[in-house]
Amino acid sequence: MIEIKNISKSFGDNTVLKNIDAVFEPGKVSLIIGGSGSGKSTLLKCIVGLHKPDEGQVFFDKQEFTKMDFEEKIPIRKEIGMLFQNSALFDSMTVEQNIVFTLDMFSEMSRKEKVERANFCLERVNLAGKNKLYPAELSGGMKKRVGIARAISMNPKYLFCDEPNSGLDPATAILIDELIQELTEEYQCTTIVVTHDMNSVMGIGEYIMFLYGGQKFWEGTNEDILRSDVQELNDFVFASPLMKAAREVIK
Amino acid sequence: MFFFHFGEYILLLKKVFKKPEKWKIYWREILHEMTEIGVGSVGLIIIISTFIGAVMTMQIAFQLVSDLIPNSVIGQINRDSNILELGPTISALVLMGKVGSSISSQIGSMRVTEQIDALEIMGINAAGYLILPKVIAGVIMVPALVTVAIFCALIGGLVGGSVTGAVSPNDYILGIRDSFNGFTVAVAMVKAFVYGFFITSIPAYKGFFVRGGALEVGQAGTKAVVIGCIVILASDYLITAMML
Repeated sequence: MIEIKNISKSFGDNTVLKNIDAVFEPGKVSLIIGGSGSGKSTLLKCIVGLHKPDEGQVFFDKQEFTKMDFEEKIPIRKEIGMLFQNSALFDSMTVEQNIVFTLDMFSEMSRKEKVERANFCLERVNLAGKNKLYPAELSGGMKKRVGIARAISMNPKYLFCDEPNSGLDPATAILIDELIQELTEEYQCTTIVVTHDMNSVMGIGEYIMFLYGGQKFWEGTNEDILRSDVQELNDFVFASPLMKAAREVIK
Repeated sequence: MFFFHFGEYILLLKKVFKKPEKWKIYWREILHEMTEIGVGSVGLIIIISTFIGAVMTMQIAFQLVSDLIPNSVIGQINRDSNILELGPTISALVLMGKVGSSISSQIGSMRVTEQIDALEIMGINAAGYLILPKVIAGVIMVPALVTVAIFCALIGGLVGGSVTGAVSPNDYILGIRDSFNGFTVAVAMVKAFVYGFFITSIPAYKGFFVRGGALEVGQAGTKAVVIGCIVILASDYLITAMML
């Protein structure tokens, strides 16, 4: 479980996050949604420790992450898997090397065991046999899947995804969403996804936090969204005529 | 501004010299960087230093037009100027342009494509993993390249002097061997070691803290080379003042 309390973050005079509280439960896909510049990626970076919040605390299973120094964070970081918006694969390494990199660094597994683990992770994301390709040889969707394979290589307890569907065609985006949901159930990990993809919101959002102007404006499930009267949320989620029509039909 | 960057540079170095997570992985990276920095630059260093040696011989011969000065002095002056100054410093300036810009853009690209963030999230000391192997490779390979440069400059001087008739091979070799002071080589190696450190660490610093996109990565590379060259020349002065 991940708990955040009273998180605030500013860059100079620009306040990006204001007093945000939330609890993200294990085995559930939690989504952070909001328009561009609403602070969702900043919030995710504060949670994983890439940004230091100006105020507030982040707890990973009751351990205060924000108080720890780099060395103290390492055991928790080993349990974190993260998928970046642009995949962030190491482009000097092959797909297999990308996946076994953390195993090389932190495990005492033999070479054979590491390759077996890489093969398992690649099969899990339907990329079996792509071990020797370099990131430059992969499509956007494949890169995302390799990013997921790398994220699950250490059996993560916490999975973070920053806009996993950006730049993907709708079919591939749905595949990625399904994969995230399956892995969350399989590993019973605490999954936090930052997205503004409405298919993801309606498809896998078991807990949704809507950020607006750097504040938590609304929270609930994907079913709650349909019944919500919050204008800002409705304007964001049902922005297109198609989504508005779909909402009426579902209602 | 200077103190901000200097402080940030020192703090980065503190992270760089932290105990590695796994020496085996770092060792592999050190060997890779030694190949990149050393083997990748040896051809350029050979060409440049051979020509410098040849040109130096001709220019020294041009200036020493006196019957009172033996021709062997040409070899002697060429030897000492190459060992003490041209070998280490010109090589370092060339390497700063070649290796420095490459290091800065490599690390800068990793920063803007979130690869450094990915390393940090994995619990890896990104500064240590990315920079320490480069610095170690630099302080090993730059002295090796400087040795090659000095040797090639002396050979270049011999060939250049003989071909143009500026000095006979016998006089040149006699000059090279005459009154040789081994301490000059020690000075050259100290310079090369210090330059090796700056050639790798300054561009790494500029790349590591780059913000933005491709444009900023390019600008960081240019700044790294400019600052690096100034630091090399300043340290050249300091080492010379302290050791000679």
